[in-house]
Amino acid sequence: MVNVDMKTKLCGILLDNPVIPASGTFGYGYEFAELYDINVLGTFSFKGTTLEERFGNPTPRIAECASGMLNAVGLQNPGVRKVISEELPKLQKVFHKKVMANVSGFSVEEYAEVCRILDAEEQVSWLEVNISCPNVHGGGLSFGTDPKVAAEVTRAVKKVTTKPVIIKLSPNVTDITEIAKAVEGEGADGVSLINTLVGMRLDLKTRKPVIKNVTGGLSGPAVFPVALNMVYKTAKAVKIPVIGMGGVASAEDVLEMILAGATAVEVGAANLVDPFACKKIVEELPNAMRKYGIHTLAEIRGKA
Amino acid sequence: MKQVILKVIKTQAIAATVSKTVFTGDVSGITAPGQFVNLRIGGLYLRRPISVCDLGEDMLTLVYKVVGKGTAALSEAKVGDAFDVLTGLGNGYDLSRAGDAPLLIGGGVGVPPLYYLAKKLTEQGIVPHVLLGFNRAEEVFFVKEFEALGAKVSLATVDGSAGKQGFVTDILPDSYSYFYACGPEPMLKAVFKAAKTDGELSFEERMGCGFGACMGCSCKTVTGYKRICKDGPVLRKGEILW
Repeated sequence: MVNVDMKTKLCGILLDNPVIPASGTFGYGYEFAELYDINVLGTFSFKGTTLEERFGNPTPRIAECASGMLNAVGLQNPGVRKVISEELPKLQKVFHKKVMANVSGFSVEEYAEVCRILDAEEQVSWLEVNISCPNVHGGGLSFGTDPKVAAEVTRAVKKVTTKPVIIKLSPNVTDITEIAKAVEGEGADGVSLINTLVGMRLDLKTRKPVIKNVTGGLSGPAVFPVALNMVYKTAKAVKIPVIGMGGVASAEDVLEMILAGATAVEVGAANLVDPFACKKIVEELPNAMRKYGIHTLAEIRGKA
Repeated sequence: MKQVILKVIKTQAIAATVSKTVFTGDVSGITAPGQFVNLRIGGLYLRRPISVCDLGEDMLTLVYKVVGKGTAALSEAKVGDAFDVLTGLGNGYDLSRAGDAPLLIGGGVGVPPLYYLAKKLTEQGIVPHVLLGFNRAEEVFFVKEFEALGAKVSLATVDGSAGKQGFVTDILPDSYSYFYACGPEPMLKAVFKAAKTDGELSFEERMGCGFGACMGCSCKTVTGYKRICKDGPVLRKGEILW
């Protein structure tokens, strides 16, 4: 059997493989650790964390769509201090690799403060800064749709941490490469994309939106072609690593993302419909690489 | 939680818009009445959570209201059809608090999980009093099944076409040791207000994953934020913010 190498380097840190469960679909890891050894993952991005505890949006927060789902959770999380005092110690028992911290905020100062606090955490190797949450008002997305504001968040965060900063971008913009270039210009170490696409569903029985927040973020296989195209364009526009995500559900999807220029790949909604999705993708990836005559990920990266 | 393949051995309509599907397969992941399973249904993205109605050796019974595409597809499943199912989800009811005369209160499609609860209680020699509420006679189900377990059954319908006219709260008995409830939220709220003892209530919410990962079904409680799918669906009366 031909040997294949799944390793990939993300902002100078070597991953055993490129598969990363996406923030908000993997909690703080330990629910999944009850199901399988999560050390098979490249790493994972933990639940979006803000300075203070947040309940998030009223329910219903979830709606079914063709080949996907809408969510409007709204960044429910216990706040960064509790994440450090309660969630990370629990995670340390089951995950022996470095984790990616996903950070959100409602002001430039809040983003910087959460990153400053997380900078001291040895378990955290990357800060994924979410400037693209479509489900919170007066925060999240509003930082990710204006290149100047996106640059401002990046600048503030870079000042308070030595860890690699990966800016998570929104697809709900005219040109995602403009935002990517703006954050690269302020020293971002990478970008991850795409966050969810804004959408809605209506209930014909009640004649009201299914989701209480009215709109939610669309994810799942429905968005994969959109995501792939944005990764393809962005990888050509910037020199920093791009993490591809959006509807990834198989080892083949991972390879398409890498061929489009991704350095690593996040898997989101797939974890919710199949809790073993990431484990299966990691196990399938060598077979898929052999099938298509790929020996290393580097040899196909961005070659589409 | 276990991910298993279950095969349909029987499907039947048991009341207006209510169907029963019996599956065979590994059901060892289910450990308590009040837990639910999450089924992958062809053509749909998200799984569909349905509470456990009855459990036997390698056998699972689900009883559900046909309300949308998922439940319609399930009700049309043929014998031998296989489903990818996550089993043993949620906390379930705590039988240890039942006392000697527990009251089981079910409304409409909230009735099914109480059946397995009643079965487990009677196995321990505890005979529950079961209150069942439905909209109308055509929707009534499981009266005989509860009676066959030896339980005392009281029935109410909103339009009075079967049992006593009114809601389950109109037929609450004077004395009972503890209560277990499942049904639509207005019913749960009415039971919560009218109940004379401590008890447990089972909630429903639109879910993303069903196993605690996505925070799609969270609610606020006295003891903090809880996920209906993982920390519930059963909440203790004292936890609820009503």
